[in-house]
Amino acid sequence: MSHHIVEARDLAHVYPDGHEAIRGITFRIAHGESVGVIGPNGAGKSTLLLHLNGCLLPSRGEVRVGEFPVTRETSPQVRRAVGMVFQDPDDQLFMPTVLDDVAFGPLNYGLAPGEARQRAVAALERVGMANLQEQTPYRLSAGEKRAVAIATILAMTPDIVVMDEPSSNLDPRGRRRLIELLKSFEHTRIIATHDLELVLEVCSRVILLDAGSVVTEGPAADVMNDESLMLKHGLERPHSLRHKHPH
Amino acid sequence: MDEFGAMDSPAHRLDARAKAVATIAFIVAVMSFPPYELSGLAPFVIYPVVLLALSGIPPAFILRKVLIAAPFAICIGLFNPLFDRHPVVLPGGLVVAGGWISFASILFRFALTVSAALVWVASSGMHRLCAGLERIGAPRAFVVQLLFLHRYLFVVADEGLRMRRAMDLRSAGARGPSLRVYGSITGHLLLRALDRAHRVYAAMRARGFDGRVRALRETESRIGDAAFVVCWIAFFAIARKWNLAEALGAWITGGAR
Amino acid sequence: MHMADALISPAVGGTMWAASAGLLAWCARKIRQTLDDRLVPLMGVLGAFIFAAQMINFTIPATGSSGHLGGGLILAVLLGPYASFVVIASVLTVQALFFADGGLLALGCNIFNLGFFPAFVALPLIYRPIVRDARGGVRLWLGSMLAAIVGLQLGAFGVVIETTLSGISELPFDKFVMLMQPIHLAIGIVEGLATAAVVAFVARTRPEALVMPSAPVDFSVNLRPVQTGLLIAAVIVGGALSWFASSHPDGLEWSMGKVSGREELESREAGIHEDMARVQEKTAFLPDYGFKTGEPEETQAWPAVNAGTTISGLVGGAMVVALAGLAGYLLRLRRKTA
Ligand SMILES: Nc1ncnc2c1ncn2[C@@H]1O[C@H](COP(=O)(O)OP(=O)(O)OP(=O)(O)O)[C@@H](O)[C@H]1O
Ligand SMILES: [Mg+2]
Repeated sequence: MSHHIVEARDLAHVYPDGHEAIRGITFRIAHGESVGVIGPNGAGKSTLLLHLNGCLLPSRGEVRVGEFPVTRETSPQVRRAVGMVFQDPDDQLFMPTVLDDVAFGPLNYGLAPGEARQRAVAALERVGMANLQEQTPYRLSAGEKRAVAIATILAMTPDIVVMDEPSSNLDPRGRRRLIELLKSFEHTRIIATHDLELVLEVCSRVILLDAGSVVTEGPAADVMNDESLMLKHGLERPHSLRHKHPH
Repeated sequence: MDEFGAMDSPAHRLDARAKAVATIAFIVAVMSFPPYELSGLAPFVIYPVVLLALSGIPPAFILRKVLIAAPFAICIGLFNPLFDRHPVVLPGGLVVAGGWISFASILFRFALTVSAALVWVASSGMHRLCAGLERIGAPRAFVVQLLFLHRYLFVVADEGLRMRRAMDLRSAGARGPSLRVYGSITGHLLLRALDRAHRVYAAMRARGFDGRVRALRETESRIGDAAFVVCWIAFFAIARKWNLAEALGAWITGGAR
Repeated sequence: MHMADALISPAVGGTMWAASAGLLAWCARKIRQTLDDRLVPLMGVLGAFIFAAQMINFTIPATGSSGHLGGGLILAVLLGPYASFVVIASVLTVQALFFADGGLLALGCNIFNLGFFPAFVALPLIYRPIVRDARGGVRLWLGSMLAAIVGLQLGAFGVVIETTLSGISELPFDKFVMLMQPIHLAIGIVEGLATAAVVAFVARTRPEALVMPSAPVDFSVNLRPVQTGLLIAAVIVGGALSWFASSHPDGLEWSMGKVSGREELESREAGIHEDMARVQEKTAFLPDYGFKTGEPEETQAWPAVNAGTTISGLVGGAMVVALAGLAGYLLRLRRKTA
C-alpha cells in the first residue's frame, strides 16, 4: 500500500536562531523498509526525524507521508500514522503511571477507557513490561523506560515507527532485547543512531548525513564497509564487518 | 515518598477523597482548640496513628519528616513564653509562664497536623491524590499542573544537582559563585528546563494531545470510604466537644476534678 | 516565610483557603481561554525548575552570606500572572504535601502571600512598567529589585496579619512587623538580584525564550496612583526599618535559612537559637519568667488553667496517647502476620 511511503524532497530547516540544521535533503522510504540514519553529532539526524511527524515544519521543501504532505493541517493524521520514539524517554513518559502513559495516545484518539486500557496492556505485553503498569515512570531503569516509550507508540498502532537513538543508555541485555523487538516489527522503521551494529542487524538501508546534507545512501553493509568514507564523517567501520571482509 | 504511594494496604485502598476530607476535618478540629489546650488534643493522636498503622508505612519515616519541618513552628512558638508571662500553676506547685503551655500546645498541634497530612499523602500517592482532588472539584489546570510538576520535579532537580556539583568542584570551597556566574548557571538550568518543556510538548503532540489530559481511572465509590469519613468526623466532633482525656484521667485518679 | 498549621486558626486558614481557591479557579479559567496547550508541559517543568534553582546558591555582593532564588517573580516574568499563580500554588502544594514545609491549613495563606503578590501586584504594577522590554541594564535590575522587594514586603505583611488574627502566637503585632519586614527587605533584595541575573543571562543568550506563549496581563485600569502609592510605601517601609536589619545582621541568615531548603538545617537551627538569645537579651524578658515555686504575685484574670483539671488532664492525656500507640502497634502486628 502506498500509504506507508515516507518521502522528503529538498527538505531544509532553519532554527529560530538562524542555524540551518538540515539543508536540502531528499530521500524515499518504501513500505515495510527499515532504514538507518547515521552521521556525526550535530549532523541533523534528530532535526530530520522531527519533520517526519510534523513536530517541526520545513523551512523549505516538503515531507510526504503516504499521500499527504506534512503541514500544520495534516499533522494530526500524520501523527496517527507515524509513531515517534524520542531520544530521552523522560520527555515521552509524562503521565503519573506507566499504564496511564501508554493509554494516553489511544484516549486522545477517542477510544473508550476500557478499550484504551486493553490496548495499553497489549502494547506493554509486546515489549515485555506488562508487570510495570502501576509504576511511576521516574522510578524505572533506563531500559525499562525505553521499552515503555516504545509501548506508548505501539499502543497507537502506527504504520511507521521513527526512533531517535533507541539504544542509548541501554546495557547489553536491554540492547539485545531492543534489537530483537525491532527485528520483529513489520512496520516501516526509521532509526537514527550511533549504534552501527544495531543498524547492521536491523536495517536494510542507511542514509549517511553530515552537516545537514545526505552524503550517501545505500545498503547498510555496503555504506558502512567503506572505511575511508566512515572515518571522514566521524564514524567507524563496524567490527562485525571487519571480520567478514578484511581489507 | 513515592515508594510508599505505590504500596498496597487498607489505607491505600481507601479513596483519596475520603482521606482528604477526613484529614482536613482533623486539622480543622485540632486547630480550633483554644491556645492553652493540651489534654483535649490527646485523643486526636489516634487518627494519624491508626492511618499510619493501616498503611504499613514505617513510622520512623513520618517522624523524621515531622522533625525536619519543626524549626519554623518552634521558632515562632518560642515567642509565646517570651511575651505571655502570666503565671500558671502546674500540678506539684510548679509555676510556669502561661506561654510555655501555649508553646507546648503549638508543638503538639504541629506534630498532629503535619503527621496526619504526611500519612494521608504517603498512603495515597500523587496520582491517586490528584484524581481525588479533581473529583472534589479542584480546577483541572491545577490538577494537571500538580501532576506535571511532580513528574518533572526529580528530573529537573537532578539536573540542578549535577550543575551544583560541577560548580562546587570548581569553586574551591567558596560559599557560592558571584552573581554573574550564578546568573549563567541558573539561566542555563532555566534554558534546559524550557527545552525540556518543548520536547515534552512535542512528545505529547505526537500522541494526539489536544489540550486535554485524559487519564484512565476507576471511579467506584464504596460504602467503606463513606463510613471511614463519617466515623472519623463523628469522633473528631465528640473529642472536640468533650475532653475525653480529662474524663478518663478523672475517672482513673478517682474524681479529682 | 512558609506559615505552619500550628499557628493558624481555622477561621483565618479557611478564609485564605477560600481566597486562594477562588483565585486559582479564576486563573485556571483564564489559562483555558488562551487555548495555548504548550502551557501544560511548560508550567509543569518551570515549577520543577524552581525547586532545582533553590539548590543553587550565590554570594550576595558586599556581604558574606549566600542566597538563592525564591521563584515567585521569575515565574511571573516568564509566564504572566495567571499561569505563574497556578505554578506557585502547585509548588507550595507539593512542598506542603511532600516536604511538610508549611501546613495544609496554612496552604491557603501561603499561596496567597507568595503567589498573589508577585503575580498580581509586583509584576503588572512594578516590574512591567519599569522594565518594559529591557533586556538588561538599569531598568531590568531596578525593576526586578523593586518588584521583588514590594512583593515580599506585602507577603511578609500578610504573614504577620494572618498570624496575629489567628491569635495562637503571642508575638505582638508591632514586634512581629518589626521582625518580619526588615528580614524580608533583605530577602527581597536577594530575590531581585537573582531574578535579574537570570533574566539578563537568558536575554543575552536566547532572547526568544523570554517571549512566552500568550502571557496576557493588561488590566484596563489606571495603575498610576496605585503604583506610586506602593512605591512610596515600599521606600518608607524599607528605609525606616533598615536600621533593624543593620543592627541585626543575623536576621538575614535566619530568614535565609527559613526560605531555603533543608540542606542547611543544623546550622540554621543554631542560628535561630543564637538569634533568639539575642532577642531575649535585648528585650530583657527573661528575669521574671521560668519555673517558680510559691504563690503567683499576679492574680489577674487569665484563662483559668487550674491545677486540678491539669492533673486529670495530664494523666488522661498520657493514657490516651499510650492507648493510641498500642492500637497502632497491634494493627501493624496484625497486618504483618496477615
Ligand atoms: N532548538 C535548536 N535551536 C537551534 N539550533 C539547534 C536546535 N536543535 C539543534 N540545533 C542545531 O542543529 C544541528 C543539528 O542538530 P541535531 O540535534 O539534529 O543533530 P543530531 O544529528 O541529532 O546530533 P546528535 O548525534 O548529537 O544527536 C546542531 O548543530 C544543533 O546545534
Ligand atoms: Mg540527535
